[in-house]
Amino acid sequence: MELTRRDALAALAGAGVVGGGGAAVLARDPFGEAGPDDSPGATTAVLPTLTAAAEVVYPSDLDGIGEFVETYALGRVADRPDDRDGLASAVREVDAAAREWYGAAYADLDRSSRDEVLRELGADAADPDPAGSRAERVRYYVVNELLYALYTSPAGADLVGVGNVVGHAGGTEAYRREP
Amino acid sequence: MTVLDAGPRFEGDDRTERMERALRPAHHPFEVWSMGGERDAYASSGERHYPLNHARVKGVGGSTLHWQGMVMRLHESDFRRRTRDGVGTDWPIDYETLRPYYAAAERELGVAGAADNPFAPPREEPYPMPAFPPSHSDALFAEACEALGVATHSVPNARNSEAYDGRSPCVGYGTCKPVCPSGAKYTAEVHVRRAERAGATVIPEAPVQRLETGGDGRRVARAVYADDAAGGAERTVTADQFVLAAGGVETPRLLLLSADEDHPDGLANASGAVGRYFTDHLFAGMGGTLDEPVGGNRIGFVTGESHQFYDDPGASTRGIPGSDADLGPIKLEFLNYDGTSTVRAPSPVRIALDDGAWGDRLLDRIRERYGNGVAIGALVGQTPRADNRIALDRSRADDHGNPVPDVRWSIDDRTRRTVRRANEIQRAILSELGVDVEWTVGPENTGPAYHHMGTTRMGTDPDRSVVDRRLRTHDVANLTVASSSVFPTGGAMNPTLTIAALALKAADHVAADL
Ligand SMILES: Cc1cc2nc3c(=O)[nH]c(=O)nc-3n(C[C@H](O)[C@H](O)[C@H](O)COP(=O)(O)OP(=O)(O)OC[C@H]3O[C@@H](n4cnc5c(N)ncnc54)[C@H](O)[C@@H]3O)c2cc1C
Ligand code: SF4
Repeated sequence: MELTRRDALAALAGAGVVGGGGAAVLARDPFGEAGPDDSPGATTAVLPTLTAAAEVVYPSDLDGIGEFVETYALGRVADRPDDRDGLASAVREVDAAAREWYGAAYADLDRSSRDEVLRELGADAADPDPAGSRAERVRYYVVNELLYALYTSPAGADLVGVGNVVGHAGGTEAYRREP
Repeated sequence: MTVLDAGPRFEGDDRTERMERALRPAHHPFEVWSMGGERDAYASSGERHYPLNHARVKGVGGSTLHWQGMVMRLHESDFRRRTRDGVGTDWPIDYETLRPYYAAAERELGVAGAADNPFAPPREEPYPMPAFPPSHSDALFAEACEALGVATHSVPNARNSEAYDGRSPCVGYGTCKPVCPSGAKYTAEVHVRRAERAGATVIPEAPVQRLETGGDGRRVARAVYADDAAGGAERTVTADQFVLAAGGVETPRLLLLSADEDHPDGLANASGAVGRYFTDHLFAGMGGTLDEPVGGNRIGFVTGESHQFYDDPGASTRGIPGSDADLGPIKLEFLNYDGTSTVRAPSPVRIALDDGAWGDRLLDRIRERYGNGVAIGALVGQTPRADNRIALDRSRADDHGNPVPDVRWSIDDRTRRTVRRANEIQRAILSELGVDVEWTVGPENTGPAYHHMGTTRMGTDPDRSVVDRRLRTHDVANLTVASSSVFPTGGAMNPTLTIAALALKAADHVAADL
């Protein structure tokens, strides 16, 4: 299945980012500055890392993940500095772990190693918490962030086969029909 | 006109962020509307714990920010509970008195409804908007109910089925309770905005600490509030008329906190009834899975009900045996979400965030866990008891040093029996539908529906009630109460349409006095 720009924009609208639309949102680069040079993974490009993580947490037959993550992740945190910083630093920690344990940038690892990094970080078992431990923050800002975007979008509704999902303004037709 | 509200103003443009807080498991439900903490401290020393801060919101818009938005008129029988059933008390007004106010309240809130309910009390005009059509699961329920001789019908919702009053139609976020990001669900912010346009001043973060009387103690002279936006400094508002509309718990609490030499047991409390007869509706429910897709959680509200067991809870039907027991009213709800809460029920996003799996495995888990759940709920009327009450707990103080409210709550046998009867009916319907029942909310684990009634009851006798039929306190001449706290009995209908109708009635009387 192909993720479209419409999915990303719908997910964005569901996250309260409206008006600016895709282009205006894309023109801004909230992750432009990579943080202080001595912070771990300072040189990590946030988007490729987040996209690489999305390829693990999303179902394998989804295409168009790159654009979806770019539009959604950028647009969503553009006006939320706290979430932007939280997201960027959790993503950098994922990349730092990849470099330390596997000797390569997270985005350059194969899919199963990327899956392993998330598990070794504890993100599979941790309770999400934006102010918690590394595992809890990775669960919140990386794994759940991505899952929230997908499963409150039209693509999420299609994957599950229901026409409209909670968290997405999918109208008042679907609920009347047999799923 | 000046309006003082204890909580903040919630700005409109962050509603989707609030929705996200509701859906993402990292956030406590209180975070959605910033509840909890010392401001909202309370005790619950009764037989049953009462989860007060799940049951209200403080801030401009109040609990309607969080509410579900079902709006029904009480039945004629509800106004005559004592005459009819020999329990509780009769209201000092009847349905006919409230009827024009109900119609006005439906226009004000914006109600989508239809005249297809054979059990509803008489009404004069169509609802302002067409009803939401039945859901797929309603159709399944309707078929099972028909086989049993139970009639089903639409539900009046304070939610736009089309654009109304400058607000959007429902767009299906499905998170109505606790937050509607589109503004399709009515919240009291609608009328706050209107009041401000008409010249009213609204002061948020201004919890009233006490009402002070002047002269002979027969009139309120001033309201003393804490200006929390300015560090809590005490300030005063004087007025000719005062209206107390702080919900069914804080309203009696404020009267109790306003005790002084002239009113040692609290203001307007010569009867001793302030805080007493605290009444709620009980939830009865049952759910399980069907061996075909049901597709719940595609909207966040209820579109099908049966009021067949409201006036006659013991009625027998083709498929349901009758009961001779003494019972209270029952309202059956066919839920469009397979749990008791819209956002905590297993919708795809909740499963995704809770399950722990990801990738293909997660999608399989979602397909496994979502989609076949069905649930049926009910509201059951509680018999009022003087011992159920809001009192002050002097051993604990809120953020301003005031004793916290103590919710003393228990459930009597009649109410328990009615919950059991609701379960009987629910079980018959689910079994006709072919559902494997997996959970039951019955007499032992029932809980409140968060409708706070009875604590400043209305009546004609100043020795036994707090406000008169003009909603004015018997003891204090310029003090009006607009709240479900004035309900002498609560029926089994969600209370807010009746609150709105009574508020309109009260407004007429206050206007006449000004
Ligand atoms: C989860 C949930 C679902 C619900 N669903 C429904 C439904 O479907 N249908 C229905 O009819 N009802 C429903 N209700 C009930 C409904 O929300 C209430 O009946 C309604 O909001 C009561 O309105 P009110 O203005 O009397 O009180 P509230 O809405 O509680 O407002 C009271 C206001 O007073 C303020 N206040 C409190 N103390 C002070 C003080 N000392 N000084 C100044 N201000 C103060 C508060 O900040 C608040 O703004 C639901 C409630 C909950 C919690
Ligand atoms: S389903 Fe509920 S939350 Fe969504 S738009 Fe309609 S009323 Fe609002």
